[in-house]
Amino acid sequence: MFDYQFFIEVLVGGLLSGVMYSLVAIGFVLIYKTSGVLNFAQGAMLLFAALTFVSLVERGVPFAAALLLTLVVMVLLGIAIERTVLRPLVNQPPITLFMATLGLSYVIEGAAQLLWGTQVHGLDLGINDTPFTVAGVFISQFDLFAAAIAGAMVALFALFFRYTRTGLAFRAVADDQFAALAVGLRLPRVWAAVWTASGIVALVAGLLWGARLGVQFSLSLVVLKALPVLVLGGFDSVAGAIVGGLLIGAIEKIAEVYVGPFFGGGIEAWAAYVVALGFLLVRPSGLFGQKLIERV
Amino acid sequence: MSALVEQAQLVKTSWLTPSRAGIALLFVAAYGIVPFTASGYLLDAILTPFLALALAAVGLNVLTGYAGQVSLGSAAFMAVGAYAAYNFNLRIPELPLLFSLVLAGVVAAAVGLVFGLPSLRLRGFYLAVSTLAAQFFVQWALTKFAWFSNDNPSGVIDAPPLSIAGALLTGAPGRYVFCLTIVVVATFLTVRLLGSQSGRNFIAVRDHEVAAKVIGVPVLRTKLLAFGVSSFLVGIAGVLWAFAYLRTVEPDGFNLDRSFQILFIIIIGGLASIRGSFLGAAFIVVFPLLLSRVGEALLGNVFDSGVLEMSQRIVIGGLIIVFLIAEPKGLVALVDRLEEQVSRHAGRLKRRFI
Amino acid sequence: MNVLNSIKLATVAVAIAVGASFPASADEQYFPLQSYRVGPYAAGGTGFFGGFIDYLNLINIRDGGVNGVKLTWSECETQYEVERGVECYERQKTGKNVAAFNPLSLGIQIALLERSRTDKIPIITIDHGQTATSDGRVFPYLFPLLMNPPSETSAIITYIGQREGGAEKLKGKKIVVLYHGSPYGKETIPIFELLSKKYGFELQQIEVPHPGNDQQAQWLTIRRAKPDYVVLRGWGVMNPVAIKSAQKVGFPVDHLIGNVWSNSEEDVIPAGEAAKGYISLITQPSGTEFPVVQQVVDKVYGAGKGNLEDKKRIGSVYHNLGIVNGILNVEAIRIAQDKFGHRALSSEEVQWGFEHLRLDEKRIAELGAVGLLQSINVTCADHEGEGSVKFQQWDGKKWSVISDWVKPDRVLLRPIIEAAAEKYAIENDIKPRVCTE
Repeated sequence: MFDYQFFIEVLVGGLLSGVMYSLVAIGFVLIYKTSGVLNFAQGAMLLFAALTFVSLVERGVPFAAALLLTLVVMVLLGIAIERTVLRPLVNQPPITLFMATLGLSYVIEGAAQLLWGTQVHGLDLGINDTPFTVAGVFISQFDLFAAAIAGAMVALFALFFRYTRTGLAFRAVADDQFAALAVGLRLPRVWAAVWTASGIVALVAGLLWGARLGVQFSLSLVVLKALPVLVLGGFDSVAGAIVGGLLIGAIEKIAEVYVGPFFGGGIEAWAAYVVALGFLLVRPSGLFGQKLIERV
Repeated sequence: MSALVEQAQLVKTSWLTPSRAGIALLFVAAYGIVPFTASGYLLDAILTPFLALALAAVGLNVLTGYAGQVSLGSAAFMAVGAYAAYNFNLRIPELPLLFSLVLAGVVAAAVGLVFGLPSLRLRGFYLAVSTLAAQFFVQWALTKFAWFSNDNPSGVIDAPPLSIAGALLTGAPGRYVFCLTIVVVATFLTVRLLGSQSGRNFIAVRDHEVAAKVIGVPVLRTKLLAFGVSSFLVGIAGVLWAFAYLRTVEPDGFNLDRSFQILFIIIIGGLASIRGSFLGAAFIVVFPLLLSRVGEALLGNVFDSGVLEMSQRIVIGGLIIVFLIAEPKGLVALVDRLEEQVSRHAGRLKRRFI
Repeated sequence: MNVLNSIKLATVAVAIAVGASFPASADEQYFPLQSYRVGPYAAGGTGFFGGFIDYLNLINIRDGGVNGVKLTWSECETQYEVERGVECYERQKTGKNVAAFNPLSLGIQIALLERSRTDKIPIITIDHGQTATSDGRVFPYLFPLLMNPPSETSAIITYIGQREGGAEKLKGKKIVVLYHGSPYGKETIPIFELLSKKYGFELQQIEVPHPGNDQQAQWLTIRRAKPDYVVLRGWGVMNPVAIKSAQKVGFPVDHLIGNVWSNSEEDVIPAGEAAKGYISLITQPSGTEFPVVQQVVDKVYGAGKGNLEDKKRIGSVYHNLGIVNGILNVEAIRIAQDKFGHRALSSEEVQWGFEHLRLDEKRIAELGAVGLLQSINVTCADHEGEGSVKFQQWDGKKWSVISDWVKPDRVLLRPIIEAAAEKYAIENDIKPRVCTE
């Protein structure tokens, strides 16, 4: 007999994993939307943020102060990246920009480890991870907490983009760069703001993922989890990143649990990509992606 | 506009140009001098991987540089080539190695075609990310199904002895000559292909797909052809990597980092340039070594090796960025400019003396 | 940027690089180290190579070398990447009086398989290495010292049996193996199956795809299977995530048994509170109470020559593994010197030393390593050396040993090793040596 309770548990677990994927994917989307760059350094930024925070806390800086300091560091990093890497590369083809962010990730990873060492750190956000049950289904407290944080962050961004000048400028640039330029918006300023925002996303994602994995080099690998989400949700849609993340999380888990055994397991690594691909063959610009000239 | 220049270069008719003379000189050195004088270290640790990576880069350049389709899954096709060649060689022992090699390329091309299908619908980063499916799927399949590695518990395959047309090639010079020969032949055929109508179709599809369609280029077929040819070359590069360079490989040797490495090579070397592929490969193989040895020699007493290595990572990353900013057209543009300067100087000298 | 200037600079750089030389001179024994201090596995690399170098330093400082032969070394960074490891090997093997390579990487060992045979240089892979390489008849130059994957697997099952009150109690128990989706992880699948048949426990093996930073699906499956024990065959970030996910689905962590690459401080610290009670296998207990570790602290760190930047890591799992590795390498040289003379040896002579590496408990006591290692007995045919293992439990701050030495069932497993080695021999046209011992 089909075990519905177990299925629901897998589904819920998958959705909650998906939240964590969305969190990383949003950082990508923000930058892609405004500057057309697939920022592979997002993973390195995540590592850098988490490592900075943990190292500060371990050196006796209080939690709130460390958070604030890391935030400042990430903002500075974002602005520095915009100044030194992106501005000189304006108008280069996307692939060049992508390569530049790969180079950037080398620099950030190297700098993070040079500054704070290669040690592995534990990160305790003070949230208990023991599960509780709802109608016989295990639900992780930590995952719920992570989902709440992610939701709050997205809500804050939404408010920011709707009601502030910079936010409006951001949307204008995302809509149409040339028109934005024509009405006198200063692109570099918007880009700096976007990189700052993606720095903040990196910090939030870095802390939440760091609490799950520990703060170590492998933290930068979580970007691989975000890529199929981007394909599915569209590179340029925040909503797509969220819905895509949830979908990928759920599909991945259900595939691994129910389909995996037929292949001897371990299909998660590529199942997400195959699903995203299959979807794209039907809708080439993703769930919410802009339908521009992408179609052949 | 760039397409026109390239086409002009491709159909250039004068027979003995300075660059052709240079290539001939290179040949003489590569076959006549290097195998007899170079140390085992130079052959085994630098030249052989350089040749394998250069061929992989030529392959990716056909796809990305000429046909404009970005792929992040090159390492997967290298793996397919390596494991296919191993199995042909193992299961049909009477097959000469060279045939196994070509068949391995064909298998890689077939797999490439399958994973190239999304290109009919997708463009840009959507396509790039979807090629990651190939990357992860192939690695998974090779570890999962023990048949591919002849039931080796660690999924490891060993290279057979190398031979070309019955002549056994042993030792570091032999492996080098094997690699060199394959790379030269494959590159020559690629250059011929790029000069043909198909090659012009690649460029047309890259530069403007709709326009290409209008003037009657079979866009879908061209794209698939690019995927097939590219995977063929990359697959053969994988055989060289496995058989001539590492000699014992596991699937993990063909991971995402390798794909990125090959992409780096063609970007740094120069897109849509065969010469660029070789320059880029040389840069990627030699430069980190150079940096680490210089760092060691200059600062080895001041800092411990961990600090040095991390600084090198920063320097390499930084240089990549600086390079992309300063010379976005790649090493090949740089070399072209140098050549121009040299020939201008030479011309001035000539005028003075005549 | 001026292009010509940068070319000039590069030329100068090449000139310097070519001038670089190796440290060993006439009467010095040279250890080429393929270390990794950056990249994803840097924490393990710094600990292991730190311990190894610390022990070599101890021998130089305390004894003036091995019978007067100074030990030297140079590091070549691999970042745990195979082709960097190969480059390092090709470069370093040309050094004078090379003793042996110690890559601490399965991938690099695999790439050196054939090279070591042609170059006649020993490759030491303590606690790891391909299973087949234990067969010295086919692989004279490879030494997976102390423990190979079959032995490890057997020791874990033996330990679970002991905990249940005897091997016969394993019957009807259910054990899940959670393994890393790589050749390393999959290597023990047939061995677990064999043991399951022999002892009659129910077995389920579940794969975690690399890198293993999300294991929701696997642990939900485990929760449904309700096993008595879960064996963790993990690697890197997969370990803390497994421990955390165990807690998440309510699985008792003290029934989660980690293997030899899931047993370091680096594997549990990131899991925080969740790791309290976690058990893992170890060939060399952690801690600083062993006399040899004390001497490293006094003589090496006392003289300001310690290799670890963070003194808190002295006596950690990887650091002690490095020290044990140092002991085995140095003793192999000592044994070879007794045969060939008290001078710097060739790598072939060192190979003989490894092949006769016999340390009984008396000798281990003399070395100040009682409790750190039980004994080793390498022979021409057996390159593993019959090592024993212990089990340790994490209390949230440190590991404490909770078992006596456990001996793997090598008689049962030897045929697997020989079959794999013989297959390699046939595939590669190698005539196995005849070992008369």
